[in-house]
Amino acid sequence: MITEKPRIQFTPERLERAREILTHYPEGKQKSALLPLLHLIQEQEGWTSPEAMDYIADFLGIKPIEVYEVATFYTMYHLEPVGKHVIEYCRTGPCMIMGGEEVYAHLKKKIGADDGETSPDNLFTIKPVECLAACGWGPCFQIREKYYTHLTIEKVDEIIDELKK
Amino acid sequence: MSSERLKILTANADIPGIETFEVYRKHGGYTAVEKAVKTMTPDAVVEEVKKSGVRGRGGAGFPMGMKWSFLAKPEGVPRYLVCNGDESEPGTFKDHWLMKTIPHLLIEGMIVSSFALGANTSYIYVRGELMYVVKILEKAIAEAKAAGFLGKNILGSGYDLELYVQPGGGAYICGEETALLESLEGKRGNPRNKPPFPAVKGLYQCPTVVNNVESISTTPWIVNNGGEAYAAVGIGRSTGTKLISASGHLKKPGVYEIPLGITVNEFIYSDEWCGGIRDGHHLKAVVAGGSSVPILPAALLLKTANGEDRLMTYESLADGGFATGTMLGSGGFIAMDETSCIVRNTWNFSRFYHHESCGQCSPCREGTGWMEKVLHRIEHGHGSMHDIDLLVDVSKKIEGNTICPLGDAAAWPVASAIRHFRDEFEWHIKFPQEATRPGAVYRGHMELA
Ligand SMILES: Cc1cc2nc3c(=O)[nH]c(=O)nc-3n(C[C@H](O)[C@H](O)[C@H](O)COP(=O)(O)O)c2cc1C
Ligand code: SF4
Repeated sequence: MITEKPRIQFTPERLERAREILTHYPEGKQKSALLPLLHLIQEQEGWTSPEAMDYIADFLGIKPIEVYEVATFYTMYHLEPVGKHVIEYCRTGPCMIMGGEEVYAHLKKKIGADDGETSPDNLFTIKPVECLAACGWGPCFQIREKYYTHLTIEKVDEIIDELKK
Repeated sequence: MSSERLKILTANADIPGIETFEVYRKHGGYTAVEKAVKTMTPDAVVEEVKKSGVRGRGGAGFPMGMKWSFLAKPEGVPRYLVCNGDESEPGTFKDHWLMKTIPHLLIEGMIVSSFALGANTSYIYVRGELMYVVKILEKAIAEAKAAGFLGKNILGSGYDLELYVQPGGGAYICGEETALLESLEGKRGNPRNKPPFPAVKGLYQCPTVVNNVESISTTPWIVNNGGEAYAAVGIGRSTGTKLISASGHLKKPGVYEIPLGITVNEFIYSDEWCGGIRDGHHLKAVVAGGSSVPILPAALLLKTANGEDRLMTYESLADGGFATGTMLGSGGFIAMDETSCIVRNTWNFSRFYHHESCGQCSPCREGTGWMEKVLHRIEHGHGSMHDIDLLVDVSKKIEGNTICPLGDAAAWPVASAIRHFRDEFEWHIKFPQEATRPGAVYRGHMELA
């Protein structure tokens, strides 16, 4: 039996925000809204599913392939389901030389997931990312919009314990 | 001493509440908009920026006034100003800091600069990871608009400007200005072939100026005080002040506004700035201008090959060319002490460039992959002496053979690391067991500072 998936659409507040975003661009250039709208739908859905991409294509009146090729180019769109908290840690030089490798190894052990994986309790997904423009405050990671800086093993423990509550 | 330094961008950074319109305005904010739209012509603003000699702070150091004067002005075609807040170059975090700390400075600069260029719609493109900064800027824009500094008929002058913030999606290449414009049009961030340059065909194929966050943020001060006053700071063609993002093994990493022309020695060791290397350690090497510029050993960083004090200027850091010099670049100053492994860091940077290559040009796409692979095997104890020459060869084949400068940016760190630290690469190859022990670092080194 084929069950119809619930159709994805923006919540009323996000719909209003999406319509406002469309006004940022000159007439006929609404495709410019693609990246912001993908962020908006991902914020709502947790990840950027094929259905979400099709919805955005529909919303902008462009072909689905125009959305897929963009969503796959940029690193911030999660193309697979993720845990409740996505931890994006900076693996680049300036964070590395400040002890990043040890701190991140501890992080992965603590939550029980390796790069690209989700923890068994579905709470955390680990994603290594490149430089987050916080080099003087490293090591660092980001969870959604929040930056966590000057990380140490103790600080990682505190942050994760807090998020587990 | 520090209180006597002229601060052009950061004078008010520590004032509580400076991120709000009210406090920013109380401390002299938006007077440049009043002065420009009420008492100056757009060309007069461009003239002051030319006189200031300010050079683009995004990395290439191109004179901003000259760039502005190249903007094509065909009748009936809109012109755009796009601010580059993509800041993704490893070692650089000054724009992030500036936007979150004093958002109104950038907004004021965007208004003044858009007025000068005759743009009625302008965008600030901010890397998507900084979504919280996007929200800070949007709030600042709403406040400025409510006060009449944005929107229709600004301060009754007849000048209209709408300003929007656009988030990116996570891609270093979108810092390259034509990739940024593609991204802003809702496409993949593939750099465009040039010419045509953005000044002729930019956003939506219309004439466009792209400038860095820090560059644009200098314009309120220049309008208020005049281009000559700006040019009076600094040395020679390195005028004004520069934000330096200091990271790595320093006592006080952070963002500093320096007058161009202080010595590198003073910047690292003076308590006014970085306060020296962390306790008990010594400086080994520095990447002075963001990951793309050549790495220098401490001795060559502090003094040029001729034995002169190296200065924090575009010219002095470049003294000696690539043989013995480097570049000021974006001002991403990464200090490494003797615990740092140059091979590991070079491999790390190569992985970055491989990951960030957009893949359009084969020398860049394939070359960055090769370099990462070869560096990985040297770092992990499987390298051969031939690999060192292979790396040099690959880096030469990338350099100058690509659509955008990312290829060069990937080649230079590798070539310079081998140029100055060849013994450390050879040690990894000759003594793999020793080199791959956890925490092992090559100690047989040249002078530390
Ligand atoms: C791969 C690459 C990445 C870049 N990243 C940035 C960036 O993050 N921010 C920036 O302002 N300029 C960046 N640039 C430089 C821009 O192409 C452009 O020169 C600059 O934004 C112009 O502004 P400016 O003249 O004010 O510096 C980058 C260039 C390249 C080739
Ligand atoms: S040099 Fe690299 S990043 Fe630049 S256009 Fe070519 S493939 Fe893309």
